[in-house]
Amino acid sequence: MEKKELPRLAFFSFTCCEGCQLVVLSCEDELPDILSLVKIVNFREAMDQKSDVYDIAFVEGSITKAEEVRKLKKIRKNARVVVALGACSSTGGLNCLKNRWPMEEVKKEVYGKDALRSELFATLPTRAIDEIIQVDYYLHGCPISKKEFLNLTTSLLLGKRPDTTNHPVCVDCKMAGNTCVFEKDMTCVGPITRAGCDAICVTYGAICWGCRGLVDNPNTDAHAETLKRHGLTADAVMRKFSLYGTCKTRKC
Amino acid sequence: MKKNLNIKIHEITRVEGHGNIVIDVKNGKIKELKLEIIESPRFFEAMLRGRRYDEAQHIMSRICGICAVSHTSASLKAIESAMDIKISKQAELLRKLAFYGETLQSHILHLFFLVLPDLAGVGSIVPLLASHPELARTGLELKRLANDICAVVGGRHIQPISLFPGGVVHTPKPKELKRLREALAGSFEGLDRMLAFLNDHPVQEFNLKREYISLKDRGEYGLYNGDPVSSNGYAFKPESYTKKIKEYVVEHSAAKHARTKGTFMVGALARLNNSFRQLSPRAKAAAKKAKLTVPSYNPFLNNIAQLVECYHSTEKAISVIDKLLLMGPKPEPVKKPKAWGRGFGVVEAPRGTLYHEYKINKNGLIEKAVCIIPTAQNLRSIEDDLRSFVPELLGRPKAEIARAVEALVRAYDPCISCSTHIMDVKFA
Ligand code: SF4
Ligand code: SF4
Ligand code: SF4
Ligand SMILES: [Fe+2]
Repeated sequence: MEKKELPRLAFFSFTCCEGCQLVVLSCEDELPDILSLVKIVNFREAMDQKSDVYDIAFVEGSITKAEEVRKLKKIRKNARVVVALGACSSTGGLNCLKNRWPMEEVKKEVYGKDALRSELFATLPTRAIDEIIQVDYYLHGCPISKKEFLNLTTSLLLGKRPDTTNHPVCVDCKMAGNTCVFEKDMTCVGPITRAGCDAICVTYGAICWGCRGLVDNPNTDAHAETLKRHGLTADAVMRKFSLYGTCKTRKC
Repeated sequence: MKKNLNIKIHEITRVEGHGNIVIDVKNGKIKELKLEIIESPRFFEAMLRGRRYDEAQHIMSRICGICAVSHTSASLKAIESAMDIKISKQAELLRKLAFYGETLQSHILHLFFLVLPDLAGVGSIVPLLASHPELARTGLELKRLANDICAVVGGRHIQPISLFPGGVVHTPKPKELKRLREALAGSFEGLDRMLAFLNDHPVQEFNLKREYISLKDRGEYGLYNGDPVSSNGYAFKPESYTKKIKEYVVEHSAAKHARTKGTFMVGALARLNNSFRQLSPRAKAAAKKAKLTVPSYNPFLNNIAQLVECYHSTEKAISVIDKLLLMGPKPEPVKKPKAWGRGFGVVEAPRGTLYHEYKINKNGLIEKAVCIIPTAQNLRSIEDDLRSFVPELLGRPKAEIARAVEALVRAYDPCISCSTHIMDVKFA
C-alpha cells in the first residue's frame, strides 16, 4: 500500500543573521498544522536530519563565498521550487553595504595581517541569490513577514499562484493611519519601497528603511501623492535608498 | 579502551550558525582537536563605516537574529556614550523589558528546541510533540510569550524597531503591559515543568576549573547594566576591555578566539558564578531545587543556569512592568546628541558579555567600530573542555562519543552566526 507522499520542505542558510529562519520557527500556533501537511527535511538550526531530496527550498542569506555558490547551484538542481527567504537572499540586503569597499581592504580590516592565512576568511562581493540561480518566489523583508511566509507556503501547498505585492509602503502606511515622518522632519524611503509589511517600522515610531527592496519600476510605481506633497522625486528618494539592496540598484 | 578515534561532525545541528567538530586521537593521544567555524564572515565594520549614527543600531542588530535586542542595546549605549545622550527613566525601563524578553526568547529556544531533543534522544522538537506533548507545548507557549514581550516593546519579535538613539520611539499601551504581566505571572508553572525534566536527567559529571567573566551591576543582577568582573578577583571598566581581553586569529575558525591571561568562559553559568546572590527569589529557589551551587565548573550546567535565569528574567520583567504601569507610560521625544567622539556599550547578551565600541565624527558619521561577541570569547574554552573531556570518553562507542561531544558544544549555546560577524579594528 502506498501512502501519499507529503511535500518535502528544506531550509538553507547562507551569509545572514538567521533571523528569517527564526520568524519561521516562531509560527508556534501554525507549526503543528503545517507539520501535518509537509515534511521538513532540512532545518539545521532546529533538527538533526539532513537530506538531498526535497520539493521546495527556502534559501536565506546572501552569497559571499565560492563554496556558497556551489551549494546554491546544487539546491537549484534538487528543488522544484526555490523561494528567497528575506532581504539578504532576495536583494542582498544589508550585506551589500560591504560592497562599497574593495574586498581586500574589507578582509584586512578584520583579520589584519592574517587575512590570507585561511580559506575561511575569504569573501566575495555580496550577491542576491538570483544573481546566481533562477528564483521562483520572493519573500522580502529584513526580517520576512510571518503573514507572507504563511500565505506563500499555503498557496504553494494548494498549488495556487501566490500573490505578489507591488505597491509602495506609503499605501500601507496611510492605511495604518500613521502621520508621515516627512512632517516630522525625518526622511523615509517608503514612497519607492515595496509594501507588504503594513509599514510596521513607521507604525512603531521609526522610518521605512527600505528593507523590502524597490517597487518594480520606482519611476512609475512610486507613491506620487507623498512625493508631490513633499517636493520629492522618485530619483531623489532612490539616492537615499542606500541601506538595503544597493547590490541590485547600483553597480558596486 | 580505544587507542584510535577519528570523528568529524560536519555542520553541527541545533546550534545557531555553521560549525564542524574535528577530533583525531592516535594511540590514546589527541593529535588534533578543533571546533571549526565555517560560517561566512560578514564584515560589519566595513558595513558600518561612513554610515549615520542613527543607522548603526539598525545595521548592528542584523549581526544576529537571536540576540538582536542585545546588539541593539549595546549599540545604542555606545552611540549614546559617544554623543553624550542620557535617556529617560521610562526609556531605560522599556529597553530593559525588551532585554528580559530576549533573554527569555533565547534561553527558551535553546532549552526546548535545541537541548531537550538531546535529552529525549530525538533529532528535533517535532517528534517531541508526539512523545512529550506537554513539555513541547510548554516550550512553544513560553516562546510565544517571550516573543510577545519583544513585540510589544520593540514592534516585532525579531529585529526590534522602536529602540532608537535617544530613547524608545514607541510607547506600549497599559492594556498590553497588563496582558504581558498576567501571562508572565502564569508562566512559572511551565518553567517548573522544564526544571523537573532537567532534574530527571542528571548532567554528565565533568569539571574543569577556569575563569568566569560577566557584568556586575550595583543594585541588581548584571544583565542590561554593569561593569565586567572576573572570578579571578579583578574588575575593569568597559573602556579598557581591550587591555584585558585579547582576540587572536586561529586558522580553523572564521571567528577569532579570545583569552585573558588564560582561558575564560562567559554566559549564564559565568553570571551565576559571579552574581548568584543578586538573583531573584524564585531563581535562587530553582537553583536550589536543581542542586546547583556556585562556583560550578561544569559547563553542562550552563543549561540549568539558563533556566535559572528564565525565572529571574520573568520576575524582573514583572517588576519592570509594575514600575511602568505606576508611571503611566507616555510618548516622549528622543534626546538629541550633544557631542561626538568615542563611545562604549556593554551588555550581558544571552550568551555572555557583548562589547560595542564606536568612533563617531562631528558629522554624526561612524568612523570606526569594534565589537567583541560572547561566542567568540567562549571558543577557546569549548576547545579546552573537549581536550579534557574526550579522553574520559574513549571507552565508549564512537557514536556515543560523537553525541556527547556535540552535547557539550551545545551546552555552551554557541551562536556561530554571531561570532563570525566580528569586527576588530584597533583605534590608532
Ligand atoms: S533578511 Fe534580515 S532578518 Fe533575515 S536573515 Fe537577513 S539580516 Fe537577518
Ligand atoms: S513617506 Fe514614509 S512615513 Fe510617509 S507615508 Fe510614506 S511610508 Fe509613511
Ligand atoms: S516599513 Fe520599510 S523598513 Fe520597515 S519592514 Fe516595511 S519595508 Fe521594511
Ligand atoms: Fe547571537
